[in-house]
Amino acid sequence: MSIRSLVLKASTVVVGAAAVLFIAAEPGGHVDIPKEDWSFQGFFGHYDRAQLKRGFQIYSEVCSGCHSMNLMSYRNLENIGFTEDEVKDIAAKVQVQNEDPNDAGEMFERPGKPSDHFHAPFPNEQAARAANNGALPPDMSLLAKSRAGKGFGGYAGADYIHALLTGYGEPPADMKINPGMNYNKYFKGHQIAMPQPLQDDSVTYADGTKATLDQESRDVATFLTWTAEGEMEQRKKTGLKAVLFLVVFTLLAYAAKRKVWKNVH
Amino acid sequence: MADQAHAVPKDGHSGGTRREFLYLMTAAAGAYGVASVAWPFISSMNPSQDVLALSSIEVDISSIQPGEGITVKWRGKPLFIRRRTPEEIKAAESVNIAQLRDPQTDKDRVQKPEWLVLIGVCTHLGCVPQGEKSSEPRGEYGGYYCPCHGSQYDTSGRIRKGPAPLNLAVPPYTFTGDTTVKVG
Amino acid sequence: MSKHFKNPVVRWIDHRLPVFSYLDHEANEYPTPKNLNYWWNFGSLAGFMLITMIATGIFLAMQYTPHVSMAFNSVERIMRDVNFGWLLRYLHMNGASMFFIVVYIHIFRGLYFGSYKAPRELLWQLGVLILLLMMATAFMGYVLPWGQMSFWGATVITNLFSAIPLVGDKIVTLLWGGFAVDNPTLNRFFALHYLMPFVILAVVMLHIIALHRFGSNNPIGIDTKGKQDTIPFHPYYTTKDIFGLGIFLIFYAFWVFYAPNALGDPDNYIPANPLSTPEHIVPEWYFLPFYAILRSIPDKLMGVIAMGASIAILFVLPWLDRSPVRSGTFRPVFKWFFWMLVFDCAILMFVGKNPPDWFWQPFAMHVTPAEEVVAAAGVADADALWPITFAGGTLGIKILLLGQLATLYYFAYFIVVLPLLSIFETPKRLPLSISEPVLKGGGKAAVAHAHSKPMEKA
Repeated sequence: MSIRSLVLKASTVVVGAAAVLFIAAEPGGHVDIPKEDWSFQGFFGHYDRAQLKRGFQIYSEVCSGCHSMNLMSYRNLENIGFTEDEVKDIAAKVQVQNEDPNDAGEMFERPGKPSDHFHAPFPNEQAARAANNGALPPDMSLLAKSRAGKGFGGYAGADYIHALLTGYGEPPADMKINPGMNYNKYFKGHQIAMPQPLQDDSVTYADGTKATLDQESRDVATFLTWTAEGEMEQRKKTGLKAVLFLVVFTLLAYAAKRKVWKNVH
Repeated sequence: MADQAHAVPKDGHSGGTRREFLYLMTAAAGAYGVASVAWPFISSMNPSQDVLALSSIEVDISSIQPGEGITVKWRGKPLFIRRRTPEEIKAAESVNIAQLRDPQTDKDRVQKPEWLVLIGVCTHLGCVPQGEKSSEPRGEYGGYYCPCHGSQYDTSGRIRKGPAPLNLAVPPYTFTGDTTVKVG
Repeated sequence: MSKHFKNPVVRWIDHRLPVFSYLDHEANEYPTPKNLNYWWNFGSLAGFMLITMIATGIFLAMQYTPHVSMAFNSVERIMRDVNFGWLLRYLHMNGASMFFIVVYIHIFRGLYFGSYKAPRELLWQLGVLILLLMMATAFMGYVLPWGQMSFWGATVITNLFSAIPLVGDKIVTLLWGGFAVDNPTLNRFFALHYLMPFVILAVVMLHIIALHRFGSNNPIGIDTKGKQDTIPFHPYYTTKDIFGLGIFLIFYAFWVFYAPNALGDPDNYIPANPLSTPEHIVPEWYFLPFYAILRSIPDKLMGVIAMGASIAILFVLPWLDRSPVRSGTFRPVFKWFFWMLVFDCAILMFVGKNPPDWFWQPFAMHVTPAEEVVAAAGVADADALWPITFAGGTLGIKILLLGQLATLYYFAYFIVVLPLLSIFETPKRLPLSISEPVLKGGGKAAVAHAHSKPMEKA
């Protein structure tokens, strides 16, 4: 054991410890988002199709009244278990403006098609603000990605959404809530413009699941994770194959390297 | 220079085949890896999901008058849907196909005799032929006339005169109702 | 003198255009010190990452739209609709981080083993130039998805130029092509982001030419003395590099497939909004140390100068460290200062990530909000607080001060420590040659001889 290797090891420990501190230490004043268990986490994570459908039900019956989801198309719903015809029916329920004018040069509305993007509740940001007391309901397509905790080991976007939806309640006695605002334990600053959107039995689930607030929040959080990271299942499956291959390749390369270097002293 | 010995003594042929096999395995694994990485790159250039979603369209044909046609965009190209008059149908069906440059019966080119569905791209050099509207020149055979090099098509979209080698192409389509046709 | 190739076609071409002889000379028989350790793998890994970034980048550019109203959605279209688009983008996005990890290790390897010393000064300077080009490229690439962090990062960084006296504002307007970061800015950043990697590639070629002039440095840091000290690059270092590449790819794959967004900022999944700034603007991790140095100096112009100097000082490093011994292995005092520099850069990263007025209490179990620290210290406000403070009996330090101390050490290492060490440090005895390594019993005479003249043929 040379001094050199001791120094090397000691330094590695120090630098490693510093690295852990980066992750662990965060400035004060933030809220702790509780971490939940999700089927889509981990190396073999996958979405629960029934849960995604329930989440879609909540989105379409509750959220979509105010929140747009501009990056999703109706055709994407085939990936969570809707048939082609069901998707057509879902899309046809909304009226969308045609891309091109008719022969008279007038823009016209037509029933939605699977290739259309999800219909937005408001035509523009100003209209959305006007209808919501000046607050803008954010687009939900990427909500689960943009609200995730920072860094490696941060909470998932689904954790945040679940916490927010279940975090409404009475404010502490010494807290003054501004007019038009609502108290929420997990929202930054604890005052949120959105009134509590979900209660027990806000929806009646088609598959008979009991619609508790916790269940609804989990379902919609899962659905929003899927809309943000639709590629996740394919990604993790591909990753498994890639890593397995790389391990085999690396072992082979190591064996070859050993053979080549056998006679070098 | 290169023939001088480096620090390493050449080791004879002991274990040579096993070593060769190991190198071969490593190289093969590497080649497999490179090939499987190449595929996503190539595949990314193929039509994406949003493009594929628009690869079939449904067209409302209820407002087309006999003798007229409409042009819609399908997969980035003009698509002709023409409602033929009984005379045009008769003219198309009565042609002796032995005389044709690209022999095809009218029956092979339409599903319902009244409706002619074609890709409006001249088979010569890719111009868009005229004649979809009755106000446009339709050529000697009453079908389509290509303004670029004078190719003339009949009321079944078959090439009759001019430089084009083939008939106007018929896209895959189905009637999804009395007044709607799904193309693609 | 061209070699004798067996293949007649190769021979015919090589006689007229000696590319095969060149490749054979530079990548096959190229004599390499036989004692290189695994820290020497990072050069080829950096080359691999450059190629990976160019390849993924070209295919992403086929799908990307550089326009403020479409850029964000075109990136999301890549993620959602383009076949394997998510893979290409995550490879590219995490590839930037991997590239910097590899290059930083490569740089620290050079710092420890004295690879910047004569006759490799130009080789080192070309490397620093590559680092600068990489930073510019990474910064402009980060703007392209046009998320909140893209936009505000671009705003903050381009505004650095406004610190230049007299012409600063004019330069910023020129960079923007308007009066704020906007469509012209995005367009030119895309054009330059596409161009720069090829400039980097060209400088890498020069880097390799300079490297092969005197050959690789090695862990002992003494020159090769003949054939007994070297082995041909192929198959020895090709197999070693491929094995290292395998290990590295497993690490890379982990991020790409299982934590693709962990190294990025969640705010960049919110489309750019010129009317609202995110709460914390933090650069990507690889810029954090430089960002910390920038913020440590309270003056705008001086901050920018300090940040520039932190890289510029690397250009003159070969003339600051006058010690004739290259390898840190034989420099008992240097070694400690070196590892402190590594630790210092880690501290700078930590500082760059956190708000400057935060009281960091490394030994506290719970984070104390700033107000409570102020209250516990019994002063009116945070500014009146002693910079190193006790709150609830636990030692704490203001991030700003920590950053200033770390910045001080960073520059002191180059300007004070290295020049002084060159004078006062007594290096350990150097081995006579690579083939007769360190003090393995016997050979005392040889060792003494080596010690008597530690200056290698420079």
